[in-house]
Amino acid sequence: MTVKNVLLSLMMLSCAGVAHAQGKLNVVTSTEDLAAIAGEVGGDRISVESIARGYQDPHFVEAKPSFILRMQKADLLIVVGRELEIGWLPPLITQSRNSKVQPGGAGYLDASMQARILDMPTGQVTRAMGDVHPLGNPHYWLDPENGKLIARSIAAKLTELRPNDRAVFEQRLADFTARLDAAEKRWLAQLAPYKGVKVVTYHSSYPNFSERFGLDVIGFVEPRPGIPPTPQHTLDLIGEMKRQNVKVVMVEPYFDLKTPNAIGRETGAQVIVLPPSVGGVKEITDYFKLFDYDVNLLVNALKQATGK
Amino acid sequence: MLVSRRGTRAALVAAFVAIAIPCTAQPVQDPAAAQALRSEIDQLKQDFSARLSALESRLTALEGAQPAGAPGAPPPAPEPAVAAAAPGSQPTAQVPPGAEAGGPSGALPVYGNAAAASKVFNPDMAAIGNFVGAAGKNTVAPLPALALPETELSLQAIVDPYARADFFLSFGEEGVAVEEGFLTFPALPGGLLMKVGRLYQAFGKSNTLHAHILPWVDRPLVTTNLLGGDEPLADAGMSVARLIPNPWLFLEATGQVSRGSGNAVFQGTERSDLSYVGHVHGYHDLSESANIDLGTSYAYGHNSSGVVDGTDLGRLTTSLIGIDGTFRWRPLQRAIYHSFLGRSEVIWSRREQPDGRQDANGFYVSGDYQFARRWFAGLRFDRSERAVDASVHDTGQSMVVTYWPSEFSQVRGQYRRTTYAEGPTANEFLFQFQFAIGAHGAHPF
Repeated sequence: MTVKNVLLSLMMLSCAGVAHAQGKLNVVTSTEDLAAIAGEVGGDRISVESIARGYQDPHFVEAKPSFILRMQKADLLIVVGRELEIGWLPPLITQSRNSKVQPGGAGYLDASMQARILDMPTGQVTRAMGDVHPLGNPHYWLDPENGKLIARSIAAKLTELRPNDRAVFEQRLADFTARLDAAEKRWLAQLAPYKGVKVVTYHSSYPNFSERFGLDVIGFVEPRPGIPPTPQHTLDLIGEMKRQNVKVVMVEPYFDLKTPNAIGRETGAQVIVLPPSVGGVKEITDYFKLFDYDVNLLVNALKQATGK
Repeated sequence: MLVSRRGTRAALVAAFVAIAIPCTAQPVQDPAAAQALRSEIDQLKQDFSARLSALESRLTALEGAQPAGAPGAPPPAPEPAVAAAAPGSQPTAQVPPGAEAGGPSGALPVYGNAAAASKVFNPDMAAIGNFVGAAGKNTVAPLPALALPETELSLQAIVDPYARADFFLSFGEEGVAVEEGFLTFPALPGGLLMKVGRLYQAFGKSNTLHAHILPWVDRPLVTTNLLGGDEPLADAGMSVARLIPNPWLFLEATGQVSRGSGNAVFQGTERSDLSYVGHVHGYHDLSESANIDLGTSYAYGHNSSGVVDGTDLGRLTTSLIGIDGTFRWRPLQRAIYHSFLGRSEVIWSRREQPDGRQDANGFYVSGDYQFARRWFAGLRFDRSERAVDASVHDTGQSMVVTYWPSEFSQVRGQYRRTTYAEGPTANEFLFQFQFAIGAHGAHPF
């Protein structure tokens, strides 16, 4: 490495810096769902990258130093909020050396601020309830209506950061909303015959999904949020499922299938691995495919279970 | 110049008034007509002030709709049909009737509201209890049968737009101590991360970890023998860390300057006897599930071996060199069920003493495997010479099993066999209950 080479690479680095300043907005999101929606709104005006993978439990992501490098270069950080990322994102933000993405900074967006949040605890909250989220259930993106609200707040934030591209973001937001409206009608129609059907889920990841598509979640494989299944709770759940004739158990891809399968054998219910996030399985590459996949999987399971 | 111009203007106004008054007054002799004219002027005055108020309130309304400094900003997005109550939104009151003109239009914020509790600004608080019991025989370094050697209280919050603060207070059997208490500036120019306060010194890996994060009940022998005891090396000072940009890996360099007399290793007697710590570590993702972390550290400061009758005659120093390596494996899709962490640290101590320099070294190797969601099993092998006498060494072997009822508590058992330089071998069983209440802290990495 000669002095000339060093100088050359320094020049290249500084050129890259200039190109970066005028080029795409560098967006980092905590989950792949937010990355997918940001991509819909931002199009080619942004580059977007997610920290967590869709097949990973978003509560338990490791704060790897390589994520610090990504956040250091970010112009905008979009988080799910509602304390979903409380176990791993704060140290990454502190170490990012990036004033833009600090909470309250111009490049920090909590996507939950405009969304419809369910399971807001009322009354006393204690950890005897398990790992409860005192600010409401953070899995709110699993409702296309919330998808639109998330997209709207992302569009507003992108416009704030890049006022010149306002027309692009507005047009892309309108287009995304229209396509989502159409797709939502289709998904609702697919699930309409099963309205009010009773299901069990592993963790409380699907309250918004269930509300939108008319599922009735009567119980969870976890005795309490974040607490692994216990034999007594599993027996109680099996009894309750038999009483109420529950035929579907929905499991997130990052949970062990041993207990759900045992419940399935006892009750005759089908156990389906229903990804709650974009990237949960390879085929789910965007926000539309997430619902396409989940709705199809659920409809097939319900068809077999109910014969409808 | 200014004065004379003002004088000129005053003179002109006076002349105008002098001319105007006789001009308007002279032709009007009728008192009734004068009265009519006066009321007309009053009427005009009232109209004028009313219109002025109206214009002013329109201006205020316009300014309110479009924040200053954002000309050409987009119109605000229409309110979502179903919006959760935005945190931090101010309760509002109606503008009292008759107060519209001139004042800000629309709803006014209400201050001093009892519901707007200022406790939202309280720091995140947590208390971590650490209960340790010991059984078996140890004549060299015995632990009490049952004890609560440490209760840690953490207070953490953002100070202002520029800094955050973290306090870790330790309540032990000897009293209260500030384990760490520091201010962090996360976004200084030049990509620097600065901390000021009492800090765990950035020497190696396990020295930077609080007791409740360790995968063992105790600390390794190398910490006890070369870093001055069961507590990590800590001191009051400043720390600056910077990322070193390169295309291959995460590389961070940290430099610390401290008082040099705040712990068992460095005990300088003069104000200028500062201690210095430098640490460089590199991190690389081998795959999405596995990664490796390598570091090297250096520390330098004055020790107390040259002090005779309170006077530092010897001016003797200690320098420490350390290397550490960590390998982690955690498959992403089953991250909550299985993981492995392997770690080793080697430390060399160069301690000047009146009887000559003692070159001691020591190391540990440990591995921890998570074999179920709540279960961990680990092994550790220790060997360390002693900083004050490098000719003797202690060795130890440990087996650890940890059970996590939840994220907020853990129960641990450790079988420890230590062969001390003095001769006796201690076979002990240590057990520990750890429990955290309060704010949800970040998981360590």
